Amino acid sequence: MAVGKEIRSKIGSIKNTQKITRAMEMVAASKMRKTKDRMLATRPYSKKIGQIIKHLAQANPEYKHSFLVERQVKRVGIIVISSDRGLCGGLNSNLFRKTLSQIIQWDNANIEVDVCTIGTKAFGFFGNLKANLVGHVSKLGDTPHQHDIIGIIKVMLDAYADGKIDELHVVSNEFVNTMTQKPTVEKLLPVVAGELDENLNGHWDYIYEPDAKEVLDHLLTRYIESIVYQGLVENNACEQAARMVAMKSASDNAGNIISELQLIYNKARQAAITQEISEIVAGAAAV
Amino acid sequence: MTMTVHVDIVSAEKEIFSGLAEMVFAPAELGEVGISPRHAPLISRLKPGEVRVKGTDKEIFSFYVSGGMLEIQPHLITILADTAIRAKDIDEAAAIEAKARAEEALADKSGKIDYAVAQAQLQEAVMQLRTLDRLRKRGG
Repeated sequence: MAVGKEIRSKIGSIKNTQKITRAMEMVAASKMRKTKDRMLATRPYSKKIGQIIKHLAQANPEYKHSFLVERQVKRVGIIVISSDRGLCGGLNSNLFRKTLSQIIQWDNANIEVDVCTIGTKAFGFFGNLKANLVGHVSKLGDTPHQHDIIGIIKVMLDAYADGKIDELHVVSNEFVNTMTQKPTVEKLLPVVAGELDENLNGHWDYIYEPDAKEVLDHLLTRYIESIVYQGLVENNACEQAARMVAMKSASDNAGNIISELQLIYNKARQAAITQEISEIVAGAAAV
Repeated sequence: MTMTVHVDIVSAEKEIFSGLAEMVFAPAELGEVGISPRHAPLISRLKPGEVRVKGTDKEIFSFYVSGGMLEIQPHLITILADTAIRAKDIDEAAAIEAKARAEEALADKSGKIDYAVAQAQLQEAVMQLRTLDRLRKRGG
């Protein structure tokens, strides 16, 4: 019977879409588990280095590093961490909205902004915005390594050391739980030590080998790198979680549309049969 | 009982070792150091080399680090290992590369704009065809 051919082909095509979204959901779910493990694996390092920085802030080094000194802000640098791929709900657009509102605030205070981007999405967005892009890295995959991001951090740290920028911030998504990802702006430079440890008070200092300047230089660079790296792996976990949720709702929606179309199809089919029967009956009565 | 000190060895990508030790040997920048419990506070850079931890039951754990930092507090030794060999010129090269990538991609943007324009034009053409089609159906 030729009834509702269009409806049937439509149902078929939506079913195919549903298959794809369901597959993507499952892939994202398994990747999320892995990226979450990786996120947890980086925590000890950033915790440890944070502690050392705190100890340092309490020690009395004879040398004051420029990364620890606040100055008047005329120009800031931001590192924006985004995903490489789309289809992950509002993850990236929420992040960009947050970044933009921050940039507008700076703009109102006559502060200029330099941008470094991680991930193609951020690059596309800030490139179109004609922001002042100074560094970019993307396509780091699901297992990013720390040495992948050394370059762009060095660009920013050099700019800070040369006095070209007076503050450095990093924007990335924070993994709250599978359903919630929170875009956050974190200040990296000048380094804020956080609250102090009571046990270590008193007048003391480290023995520095080879000397305070080199050690501090090295340590603060590593500290910044570890925060950005942590942001990167966290953003990866966020991406997979957001994709999983987005694809789940897409599959559900496809299911709804299919059942609605099926209902319409059945009604049309029934109407056609009824009509045919009544035509036959009418014909028989006429004979 | 012998004195022990807590040792944590971590790299940016994972935790490597955490536990008590009687003695730790590490390749500090100015030469190999052996650290006993209750050492004075010290911070040093590490050279690529071997870190050895003498555990509480005389067992020796050995790890290779490609550089990093060593922090000593009297009751806590922390080793922050680098994940790859780092040198000033390698870092420099990475920075230059990152900058170049941004510039290159920006220069390439003309191509991207063309792509967007082409897509818009395609969309327009499709809509025109569809309208024509509809008009023809109504006419015929």
